[in-house]
Amino acid sequence: MADDATPAPVLSPEDQAALRKFSINFGPQHPAAHGVLRLVLELDGEIVERVDPHIGLLHRGTEKLMEARTYLQNTPYFDRLDYVAPMNQEHAFVLAVEKLAGIEVPYRAKVIRVLFDEIGRILSHLLNVTTQAMDVGALTPPLWGFEEREKLMVFYERASGARLHANYYRPGGVHQDLPPELIADMRVWCREFPKALADIDALVTPNRIFKQRNVDIGVVTKEEAFAWGFTGVLLRGSGIAWDLRKAQPYEIYADLDFDIPLGRNGDCYDRYLVRMEEMRQSVRIMVQCLDLLDANPGPVLIQNSKFAPPRRAEMKRSMEALIHHFKLYTEGFHVPEGDVYTAVEAPKGEFGVYLVGDGTNKPYRCKIRARGYSHLQAMDWMCRGHQVADVSAILGSLDIVFGEIDR
Amino acid sequence: MSDTQSSVAESTPLTPLQALGASLVDQSGGRASSYAVAHEELTLFTTAEQVVELLRLLRDGSEGRFVQLTELTCVDRPEREARFELVYQLISYVKNVRLRVKLSVCEDQPVPSVTPVYPCANWLEREVFDMFGVYFTDHPDLRRILTDYGFHGHPLRKDFPMTGYVEVRWDEELKRVVYEPVKLTQEYRAFDFLSPWEGAEQVLPGDEKAKPAPASAAKS
Repeated sequence: MADDATPAPVLSPEDQAALRKFSINFGPQHPAAHGVLRLVLELDGEIVERVDPHIGLLHRGTEKLMEARTYLQNTPYFDRLDYVAPMNQEHAFVLAVEKLAGIEVPYRAKVIRVLFDEIGRILSHLLNVTTQAMDVGALTPPLWGFEEREKLMVFYERASGARLHANYYRPGGVHQDLPPELIADMRVWCREFPKALADIDALVTPNRIFKQRNVDIGVVTKEEAFAWGFTGVLLRGSGIAWDLRKAQPYEIYADLDFDIPLGRNGDCYDRYLVRMEEMRQSVRIMVQCLDLLDANPGPVLIQNSKFAPPRRAEMKRSMEALIHHFKLYTEGFHVPEGDVYTAVEAPKGEFGVYLVGDGTNKPYRCKIRARGYSHLQAMDWMCRGHQVADVSAILGSLDIVFGEIDR
Repeated sequence: MSDTQSSVAESTPLTPLQALGASLVDQSGGRASSYAVAHEELTLFTTAEQVVELLRLLRDGSEGRFVQLTELTCVDRPEREARFELVYQLISYVKNVRLRVKLSVCEDQPVPSVTPVYPCANWLEREVFDMFGVYFTDHPDLRRILTDYGFHGHPLRKDFPMTGYVEVRWDEELKRVVYEPVKLTQEYRAFDFLSPWEGAEQVLPGDEKAKPAPASAAKS
């Protein structure tokens, strides 16, 4: 078809640039998209010019559903947000209800909550650092990390009956006390886990490929971190000493001894290092919590039957207890009018709940502050000027889970 | 007005949060109308016209240095004339204090976007637009964000049914996803749990006379 006589047309530089530019779909079914993320990437050759994340493919209308359910029925929704560390989300919600209703929590329940918060942190960070390694080409770290996660899931199951969607925290405490055997097994795990973590550390941290893919990629300055609403590891990775567990301590964090690791350069590699160190600190906190549990027996749920169900044994004998139980699980308790914002330092950042009560048994409005929402929003400017291959490295270091972003 | 505030200050010393709220209202130059402290949380009240300048002042000029916008959301109160209450949640890392800024708008009243002050408001405003239908002027990219492509309506409004209007299914013959009106095999069960004895104000038939009873009768 080509005419031999006419030479190939010489393209002007503008036309060449126009030819190099094209846009691709990254996801929604991409293994490195960490869920159902659709990124529309506009490329100039290998260089990313613009990122347009399309989210909402997992939108379930949690906030709408919550308005039609009682406070007690709403706790399980929080497990389904960030399903990598379920109990940390429940924590923010029960704190909001407790603040609005003025419920005081027994000491032992606070210790158990902190213990499981830290388990959730390790669960989340283990998944993130190992899959971040997988996103840049390493297959072994996830296999090693998931083995430890499995053990933690068993702890979840032994405490709450469910491996993932625990529904363990209640306004006023936690559902059940921990059996002594579980506490003993957690102690054993706390002794063994640092070795497993050291193995992963030795495998990934000094790895040449891992460094090449992460060092100086996705750099975030302090000002950018503030302006774009970054929290948690993304803030600390840029060298900002801020952790809600230290700055606005809730539960018993003020009495515990732990350190907050900080990054220096704000790149993907620093965020990885911060997460690794946070896991070691979480083990420290867990050991202290286990000691406190041994030293402080007592109730784990508020003894006020207007908010917490009576114990099962009591219901067999007391008519009043039976009525309380019935009322709590049909009508539920009423929360006074008002609005509160509570936040916890969840593994991925500040997880907040803005709760508006109207005096009835259902929340009038509950806004869930998803951490990944603001982090993912930053994909556009973080990826600009990077190579296509860096997109998955940056995405991995943002640590996003679609259960919470889409809600 | 300032006299009453000062007299309050003399009788009961202000808590640190109240003092901060009072000074922020003073510094705002009329952009914030008042403040309130409840549940140890500080709230400033403003209007849609003033909010951008107020937030800029809170970020740069005020003693608070509220450098980060944590949350931007909306509460729908259809019984009010200005039915949408926009809530801006700020945080100051210097003072370690959170601040809430509230304003109310009508259904058809646009709100200026705060993206020039806080870039992270971009998606948060898109979400409020998507869920409530509040329109933001000067927003760089006001599209729906969480709902389906081609979605109609604003789901978090109180008058939007929880089941929605359409459902989707895979059509084996057409070989594509089709949209149909919602068909519920069973009516959605919404129980009224409010006890007639204490919650709702119901007048029992034939009991109308008992209502204007004096307080003394109620006591006995």
